[in-house]
Amino acid sequence: MSLQRVLSGVVIAFASAAAVAQTAPDALIRQVSTEVIETIKADKSLQSGDVGKIVTLVDTKVMPHVNFQRMTASAVGRNWRTATPEQQKRLQEEFKTLLVRTYAGALTQVKDQTVQLRPMRAAAEDTEVVVRTEVKGKGDPIQLDYRLEKADGGWKIYDVNVLGVWLVEQYRNQFAQDINAGGIDGLIAKLAERNKGAKS
Amino acid sequence: MKSSIVIAVAASCAVGSAQAQPNDPLEPFNRAIFSFNDALDRAVLAPVARGYQAVVPELARQGVSNFFGNFGDGWSAINQLLQGKGEAAATMTMRVATNTLFGIGGLFDVASDLGMERQSEDFGQTLGWWGMPAGPYVVWPLFGPSTVRDSLGRPLDMAWSPSAAVNDSTVGVSLSVLSLVDTRANLLSATRVLDDIALDKYSFVRDAYVARRRNLVYDGNPPELPEDREPATPPAAAPK
Repeated sequence: MSLQRVLSGVVIAFASAAAVAQTAPDALIRQVSTEVIETIKADKSLQSGDVGKIVTLVDTKVMPHVNFQRMTASAVGRNWRTATPEQQKRLQEEFKTLLVRTYAGALTQVKDQTVQLRPMRAAAEDTEVVVRTEVKGKGDPIQLDYRLEKADGGWKIYDVNVLGVWLVEQYRNQFAQDINAGGIDGLIAKLAERNKGAKS
Repeated sequence: MKSSIVIAVAASCAVGSAQAQPNDPLEPFNRAIFSFNDALDRAVLAPVARGYQAVVPELARQGVSNFFGNFGDGWSAINQLLQGKGEAAATMTMRVATNTLFGIGGLFDVASDLGMERQSEDFGQTLGWWGMPAGPYVVWPLFGPSTVRDSLGRPLDMAWSPSAAVNDSTVGVSLSVLSLVDTRANLLSATRVLDDIALDKYSFVRDAYVARRRNLVYDGNPPELPEDREPATPPAAAPK
């Protein structure tokens, strides 16, 4: 390794450290996206859809930057406040499992993609922002947007938009149907059954 | 305890007005057609698409997708013009010219490598751009999810296709079938995911379709719906 490459490596390391320190929401998204894509590219078992390994990847690289409680609460809707803490915990667990499995499927498609940030309109004092990105690879670029909120520990993602469909909104109707039919426990049972069925 | 109260209050603000009612007065009818389409897909179309994917080499399949894509790009250029998007129309026209000339009749997508990216527009989007509301959701036999607006746009979209351009009916039908199989094969991985993530497949597809089309009409930047509103005090304010 030449001195020049070592030096450029150091510069990049400092630059990314600075990006994290300033914790701008778009810098965060860029950092997390790049990390996830690089990890997958370097690991064949992730590309082949090893769900166990993908769960680890999500837990270590993605979940620290997600307010999953808020995500679940918004998707469940007005019934969230009547749910017991235990029910809320179960809902979050099952919802997360459902999404991670979906994510596992999507990640098997990662090959030569790159993530590009689209221009962001936000004021410095904003506490909620939308970061827009495009995943570019073969074929049409894929729109992938994030809603983030400013929290004590830095910016947190609380909704994701794939090709124009916001995840939380998409699940609101799904959840409402099962809550109307069988209450919160009905929804938990439905999610658990779905998660179990897909594993086998 | 305190945190759950904060969350509850915030969440109730968030969803006080929520539960977007889908515009779906034909639901019972639509569900029946959806089941029919789904059964047909499982029995015929998906297996054929999987076979196509297994037998035909990727390069050839890519060529087929590019060929139909190139044809569609011409229609996109016209729709961009109809929507007054001059620059996009010019890019797409250049794209079609480049791929037709240098990509051997559209079999290769050389224009993308040159930075001319595909920006698809169909006539349903043009009607939306002109201000026509989407109207109720409709599921058509064979064609699948649509809205009243997209149903009006569809015949024109279909008139602009390679199969409509040839006089020989056998060739026309073959092209239509190839186009259908190509489209289905490209969607295989998406529909595999769909079976896992949807609690109710019908409403999942409906809501995603309506949101996606609305997003396309606004070119990826739709104004927020009232039910999108999030609480002023986010639940994140609560300790973890």
